[in-house]
Amino acid sequence: MAEHPLPAAQTCLEWLTKMNLIRRFEERAGEQYTRAKIGGFLHLAIGEEATVVGAVAALRPDDYMIATYRSHGQTIARGSDPGRVMAELFGRVDGLCRGRGGSMHMFDLEHRFMGGFGIVGGNLPIAAGFGLTSDYLGNDEVTLCQFGDGASNQGTFGETLNLAALWSLPVVFMVTNNQFGMGTALERHSAQTDLQRKGESFGVPGMECDGMDVVDTWKVTSEAVKIAREQRQPVLVEAVNYRFRGHSMADPEDYRSEAEVLEWSKRDPLKTFAERLIAEGVITEPEREAIDEQAMATVDRAVEFADASPAPEPGSLYEDIYVLGDQVRGWYSTDHRGAGVRKGEDLS
Amino acid sequence: MAEMRYREALNEALAEELERDPNVYLMGQDIGVFGGAFKVTEGLLERFGEKRVRDTPISENTIVGLGVGSAMTGLRPVIELMTINFSLLALDQIVNHAAHIRYMFGGQVSVPLVIRMPQGAGHQLGPTHSHSFEALYLHVPGLLVAAPSTPADAKGLLKTAIRDDNPVIFIEHETLYGQRGDVPAGPDFTVPFGQAAIRREGTDVTIIGISRMAITAGLAAEQLAGEHGIDAEVIDPRTLRPLDLDTILDSVRKTNRCVIVEEGWPHGGVGANLAALIQEQAFDYLDAPVGRVTGVDAPMPYAKNLEQISFPHEAEVIEAVLALFGERSVGLNG
Ligand SMILES: Cc1ncc(C[n+]2csc(CCOP(=O)(O)OP(=O)(O)O)c2C)c(N)n1
Repeated sequence: MAEHPLPAAQTCLEWLTKMNLIRRFEERAGEQYTRAKIGGFLHLAIGEEATVVGAVAALRPDDYMIATYRSHGQTIARGSDPGRVMAELFGRVDGLCRGRGGSMHMFDLEHRFMGGFGIVGGNLPIAAGFGLTSDYLGNDEVTLCQFGDGASNQGTFGETLNLAALWSLPVVFMVTNNQFGMGTALERHSAQTDLQRKGESFGVPGMECDGMDVVDTWKVTSEAVKIAREQRQPVLVEAVNYRFRGHSMADPEDYRSEAEVLEWSKRDPLKTFAERLIAEGVITEPEREAIDEQAMATVDRAVEFADASPAPEPGSLYEDIYVLGDQVRGWYSTDHRGAGVRKGEDLS
Repeated sequence: MAEMRYREALNEALAEELERDPNVYLMGQDIGVFGGAFKVTEGLLERFGEKRVRDTPISENTIVGLGVGSAMTGLRPVIELMTINFSLLALDQIVNHAAHIRYMFGGQVSVPLVIRMPQGAGHQLGPTHSHSFEALYLHVPGLLVAAPSTPADAKGLLKTAIRDDNPVIFIEHETLYGQRGDVPAGPDFTVPFGQAAIRREGTDVTIIGISRMAITAGLAAEQLAGEHGIDAEVIDPRTLRPLDLDTILDSVRKTNRCVIVEEGWPHGGVGANLAALIQEQAFDYLDAPVGRVTGVDAPMPYAKNLEQISFPHEAEVIEAVLALFGERSVGLNG
């Protein structure tokens, strides 16, 4: 893929800073997981930072972004406070979702990061729903929906692309082809391995970007976003990348060779971008080190913040199951902790 | 007051809410040009246009997902699924997303979505088109469940559902669409959620009927009074979540006996759930075990005679009530 000229120095710095922060955040999250500070599944995006940051860079603040269970980076790139993301991983009350969602279900309405979804392929219809709202209200907001190569085999993929094309919805669908759906390699799970072509029968144009190159990802996504915004139609972008860590923390990685990982790691998106910025004189080596130190310090503070945040009150268990109106009648919830039945609003 | 059919009452509710709130829109298979599989949406496309009344492809899960996404971002979708059996294709979006998004995202968004669909047997549509799934949706925290049995409730509850900020599973009944009844006039008429209707006052036994079974329960109560001297109180909960348990418990404390009638399956059914709640809350008032009359524990058969014995009729309700009094009805099972 052709190398694009770099954008303005300030922009480059911003991207490097974000990619660096996400890398350090993910590394620290992995570490905290092994120390049992984090429960459940933890899917890290190490190796996928350029795809995340490049895609987000193509959006306006009022555009919608939606992703999968692998989305700490996306919400941070959108502007979420890393401390609150870490607190969510720790299951604390100051987490983005007050400890209700965990690693797989990040959400930050303020920054229009519209979730973290744990169901493979489940976020595509919802993304189209955001697009429908933009269309219905007649504004020019665009939705960017990221999902994995594995998700492109779900029924929702075909159903959603059909509907989005039929109804001319301004949604950019980005399939992040990291070569595997869990432990199943692309060519073993998809009959069509040129994923950008998977929307062809619906008339959804396909594009491809180098998901290991933040500049290319940004350029191609920007073009797709422009088409969605101006021509009011969906676009499918395939971001080709590679995840350096296991699918989740519970992955012995028997399905790929160390040599393969090593080969891809030569294209480490963070390292190559930093080296390019130094080579082209945008930053100096000490500046690069300072950016990294700053990222480490931010992550340190995030862990401190998360550690200091209390666990949610047991009494909050029933909060936000329902929107309770002014004149609530009837029993909304049955409390399993005893024979007694309580009204949802009575639980304080 | 105007007399109208159940389907017309629903149509009127939809039209009034479309009129009232520009962010309300309808979507579903064949609801526009075709007028709806059961003609509930007839005339609405002509009146409100394609933006507000949307014919969709046959993609249940994705349609519901679109509804969820648009509800999260400010619209108020009302989705029609052709029958409740087809909602099983959308169970992922309904349960994993519509019901849980508010909770799992810490209350940052709500999902004001209505999913309307008919259930029920009686038209010989066999095992993929005739089931009753109130229990399935009642099971899920985060969903509200309404099941109107009269035209007035159909209209009033649907309007409340559309105005509510929670995802509402709105269960209509296939055999009720043509039923007539008085419906209060005017766009301000609504029926609140969580308020059961006492269809008949009585002192001897409480019969709770769910969805169409509220009608069956009412007919059985008249026979019990006329032929057996038993004065039954008939309750239609109207919404299963929120549940007006207070009205049910007050009645049971008065009558000391209770029978629950539903069309769905017995295991894990609405009746099983209500019976548990009643015995937990009013055990000391019960003079007999809580009785249940349910659909049979089998898929819905096609053959007319088999279908007819697969869901409750008045005779089974009467038999169940008499059993609570230690009696058996003459001529039923000898
Ligand atoms: C409906 C559903 N089926 C299975 C899973 C379990 N699962 C979680 S991630 C995953 C692999 C998905 O691969 P891909 O879409 O390529 O995304 P990636 O994890 O590589 O980013 C699977 C099978 C799930 N979460 N949801």
